[in-house]
Amino acid sequence: MARGPRRGPRAVLAYLIRRLFAAAVMLVVIITVVFSIFFIVPKWAGVDIALSFVGKQADPAAVEGVRQKLGLGDPVYVQVWHFFKGLFVGRTYTGGGDTINCSAPCFGYSFRSEQAIWPVLKDRFPVTLGLALGAALLWLIMGVSAGVLSALKRGSLWDRGAMVVALAGVSLPIYFTGMLSLAIFVYGPLKWFESDYAPFADDPAQWFSAMILPWVTLAFLYAAMYARITRATMMEILGEDYIRTARAKGLREGVVIRKHAMRSTMTPILTMLGMDLGALIGGAILTESTFNLPGLGREVLLAIRNQDLPVIVGVTLITSLAVLFANLVVDILYAVIDPRVRLA
Amino acid sequence: MTAPLHEPTAEAAPSAVDEAAVASADAKAVQGRSLGRIAWDRLKRDKLALTGGVVVLVLIVIAALAPVLTSLLGQDPNEYHENLIDPLFGTPTGSMGGISGDHLLGVEPVNGRDILARILYGARISLLVGFLSALVAVVLGTVLGVLAGFFGGWVDSLISRVMDGLLAFPQLLFIIALVSVMPDKLFGLTGSSVPVLVMVLVIGFFGWPYIGRVVRGQTLSLREREYVEAARSLGAGRIYILFKELLPNLVAPIIVYSTMMIPTNILTEAALSFLGVGVKPPTASWGQMLSSALDYYQSDPMYMVVPGVAIFITVLAFNLFGDGVRDALDPKGSR
Repeated sequence: MARGPRRGPRAVLAYLIRRLFAAAVMLVVIITVVFSIFFIVPKWAGVDIALSFVGKQADPAAVEGVRQKLGLGDPVYVQVWHFFKGLFVGRTYTGGGDTINCSAPCFGYSFRSEQAIWPVLKDRFPVTLGLALGAALLWLIMGVSAGVLSALKRGSLWDRGAMVVALAGVSLPIYFTGMLSLAIFVYGPLKWFESDYAPFADDPAQWFSAMILPWVTLAFLYAAMYARITRATMMEILGEDYIRTARAKGLREGVVIRKHAMRSTMTPILTMLGMDLGALIGGAILTESTFNLPGLGREVLLAIRNQDLPVIVGVTLITSLAVLFANLVVDILYAVIDPRVRLA
Repeated sequence: MTAPLHEPTAEAAPSAVDEAAVASADAKAVQGRSLGRIAWDRLKRDKLALTGGVVVLVLIVIAALAPVLTSLLGQDPNEYHENLIDPLFGTPTGSMGGISGDHLLGVEPVNGRDILARILYGARISLLVGFLSALVAVVLGTVLGVLAGFFGGWVDSLISRVMDGLLAFPQLLFIIALVSVMPDKLFGLTGSSVPVLVMVLVIGFFGWPYIGRVVRGQTLSLREREYVEAARSLGAGRIYILFKELLPNLVAPIIVYSTMMIPTNILTEAALSFLGVGVKPPTASWGQMLSSALDYYQSDPMYMVVPGVAIFITVLAFNLFGDGVRDALDPKGSR
């Protein structure tokens, strides 16, 4: 419905409702896909899921109990429906002689550790959120300013130096830089920081000390990517006609850069930020396992090692939700900062 | 972390000096030059990109000749040298992780396997997965991107929605999840070739939307060009237009995006093996070496540095080369 630019509270509201609806559809798709990966792919491959839910040394009765509790004999769409319903109203697993209650939001139940998944996720989430938000703040400041400076002083010593560092940054695996920084700043010649994580509420100083290296390492990788992209985008925009127009009508260079060029540069950066932040909030798997931070990423890795499927399903779902939410926020911000976004 | 390929724009056009050189070359040789020729001439003047390209070639040769090279060195990647290990700490005796005339990069802690031999064999896994998964992504992305852009309508809507959806997924997590539910046997393959195949397919599958999006966009704009219209008015069929008019013009962006995808895929492979869901021991891979080095970075830092630097050099070389190829093939640069 492209009826030309139509802005105003009603248009914005309609736009928001459409975005929310699209997000809801995506949510259903994601739940179905996640479910399929873990419940249907193994079936094709001839792996007994009930067996992997209980563990390799499980006795047949326990396996049969899990099979009944999860309704693994039901058609797949029934299983998906039960899972979906459990997310909102909770779920009761019956069969095999006992009953397990899983209150809403029921992200599943680990038959190995004999606990519901949601409390575990809720416990790990703040660690990952703190890591992702802290690092994002750092990399936005470092990456965007380095990229803008490079674009403005193209070909200068600063530009070349920054781009060499950025290229090296995107070529280094984060677990390698992480291990190097641990070897130097925690265990090595400089014992500056703590290595043991403590929750912020328990010991803010230790929390901060344990988070500095993960923040910096993670931010270095992303700052490198953001600097490269900011520079490329900024250079392209500085060549646009409207920048020439702005200069021609006598605006000071600072105003041209800040008011005209920066605003367009930020649009693609914001898209990336939404996707990257969403993915990280769902678990910075590599960073957390390198620095041994008890977040969602390390949790899912442990679950994969133990073949604890319900935990993997739970974290995958939470991550997808985070990505979805971040993209939604970005879509909404788009409508605010970029006048070219059509609300129709 | 897999670094997603989000670099839609060209980074740098050749400087004014380069353009002057091109102009004078044009003056001397009046005959027309093909796009490939122009690109090659530009690439030849880009020292960094050439260095990257040479390193990539050397790495390919090393990977191909790994068995020959290791036997020339007199080492085997899976042979234990426990006599070189300090029995008390499990770390190599001698300085710098046990570097000696026999073991040029030292030996592993605990079992004393030769690190250089394992690095050489590890190059095979990295490059194999890097190239093949990029190939999977390019084939899928090109076919589906062309279909979407060329036919439009519901075909386009369907393919575009699938691409958006895949790009919105938390990729590393899904790749890990998929790789970890895969069985030990697949398509009649067993042993270390199964995880390699699974990684190629899964990484390739999550990579195709990046190429598909670009190809779709290019196809959309190309099919409205005058020369395509001219061909159509002369009575050319869809198939003719597709293969003779459109595909040749899609080659440049496809080459650019596949060169940039290879280093990302190499990093993903290393990450998967680091997390223990990729190549299984005793098969050597760089990520898996770094993963076991995690327990020794205090007592034997060399064990961590060697595979880390190997990954760094490889990915950096591919990135340098990829940046150069992109600048060389960028049509904006010829203005």
